[in-house]
Amino acid sequence: MEVVPLLAIEQLSKSFGSNEVLKSVDLSVSAGEVVTIIGPSGSGKTTLLRCVNFLEFYDGGSIRIDGSEVGFRDGSQRRRRTERDLARMRAETGMVFQSFNLFPHLTAEQNVTLGLQQVRGKSRKDARDTARHWLARVGLEHKAGSLPSELSGGQQQRVGIARAVAMEPKVLLLDEITSALDPELVGEVLDVVTQLAADGMTMLMVTHEIAFARDASHRIVFMADGRVSAEGSPDHIMSGADGNDRLEAFLSRFRGSRI
Amino acid sequence: MDQIVYAFPFLLQGLWTTILVSAIVVALSLVIGAALGVGLVYGPLPVRLAVRILSDCVRGIPILVLIFMVYYGLPPLGLRLDPFWAAVAALTLFKAAQVVEYVRGAIGSIPRGQMEAGKAIGLIFSDRLRFVIFPQAVRRFLPPWINGVTDAVKGSALVSLLGVVDLMHAINQVIGRTYEPLPLYLLGAALYFAINYSLSSFSRVLERRYAFVRE
Ligand SMILES: Nc1ncnc2c1ncn2[C@@H]1O[C@H](COP(=O)(O)OP(=O)(O)OP(=O)(O)O)[C@@H](O)[C@H]1O
Ligand SMILES: [Mg+2]
Repeated sequence: MEVVPLLAIEQLSKSFGSNEVLKSVDLSVSAGEVVTIIGPSGSGKTTLLRCVNFLEFYDGGSIRIDGSEVGFRDGSQRRRRTERDLARMRAETGMVFQSFNLFPHLTAEQNVTLGLQQVRGKSRKDARDTARHWLARVGLEHKAGSLPSELSGGQQQRVGIARAVAMEPKVLLLDEITSALDPELVGEVLDVVTQLAADGMTMLMVTHEIAFARDASHRIVFMADGRVSAEGSPDHIMSGADGNDRLEAFLSRFRGSRI
Repeated sequence: MDQIVYAFPFLLQGLWTTILVSAIVVALSLVIGAALGVGLVYGPLPVRLAVRILSDCVRGIPILVLIFMVYYGLPPLGLRLDPFWAAVAALTLFKAAQVVEYVRGAIGSIPRGQMEAGKAIGLIFSDRLRFVIFPQAVRRFLPPWINGVTDAVKGSALVSLLGVVDLMHAINQVIGRTYEPLPLYLLGAALYFAINYSLSSFSRVLERRYAFVRE
């Protein structure tokens, strides 16, 4: 039986001017899978995630979610989707940002209900119930009425996760979601991600928390210089197998620290 | 003094014209300026260029010249406006160019991540503006804009140059009959001040209303 990946990235290329940031990247994620991308700074991890929900235009190759090309019309010669079409595709992926990017003028609950009402077309009451449910899931039911400015970084990021998953995306994208947090707040956010993984949420994430990557992922992808340089099970990658020098060099930086 | 009391209804009529001109200018310039401002920030290159050039030109011309250009310059091109509407059009153009800059500044102050977060949850462009960008931009937009509104009230006195009987013009006419300039100018100043003071008080209420970062 052939397993069709939920997210299929093929020969993806992307340049900023003359700087070729992604060079024919192939990567696929199956339903329920948690895939983590690691790699040195500037290797294109963020750019790759941003291409997946078309925050970044990609120059070549394709990204398909459940068979549909993300940025371009089906069966076309790379004709860009219309705004409405693109928005519909973007709603298929959830994104959690490094810098949270909560809407500062809306309460935690309103941050979650906005998309539910305007994009999913839920009634006010339905949206509210769903928001309450997800805020409870991230441990913030008591903060529903708080503005982002009244929340700690860890709480803000948990609202960010609730906002993304409440939309019931097919794939959740997480880009270094704990790197803007004080160390003592990292755990509460990673716990939420672990929970989501256990519930079968399909995730593609970038993290510098190597220990977390090893424990939470089904598969780890090592990117270097705009390419997938190594890929495999956490144990396989962490053992630095394959005699991959760049992977060795990258991992050696974490050796000695808790891993 | 009696004569001034006698002239009061006439002054009130002038006051009404001043308020009317100001209100029309402020409302029209807000709508036009906001639309052009959004075009300047998010539009395709030709739109951005056109708005940039228009705004720079209009702001580079004294309002007085602009008024005369519209009143005397348009008829040869086949568009004849009466003094009232010519003055209103010129003032609106001038104000709209300012609004464009306020809008650009206000939207520019919002971090890029806000637009991206709106995209990420699947909002279309107009909804991102409506629910994400504008409510935040309003905070930055209001203080300079309200300042500009009081300027518009003061600037409306220029319509008297085309013979429109606004507060300023009415005062001058009454002075012409009564030869009592000082009390009349004081009265005029007081009326302008009253309008602008109520406007700026109102603006402070608005600013508090939109200060969503609770201090
Ligand atoms: N908007 C942009 N314009 C121009 N160059 C960009 C832009 N965004 C990223 N780049 C460049 O693309 C390359 C890859 O950046 P990217 O942010 O994807 O790396 P990363 O792997 O996420 O790095 P980090 O671990 O530091 O987050 C870098 O050389 C960066 O300078
Ligand atoms: Mg990055």
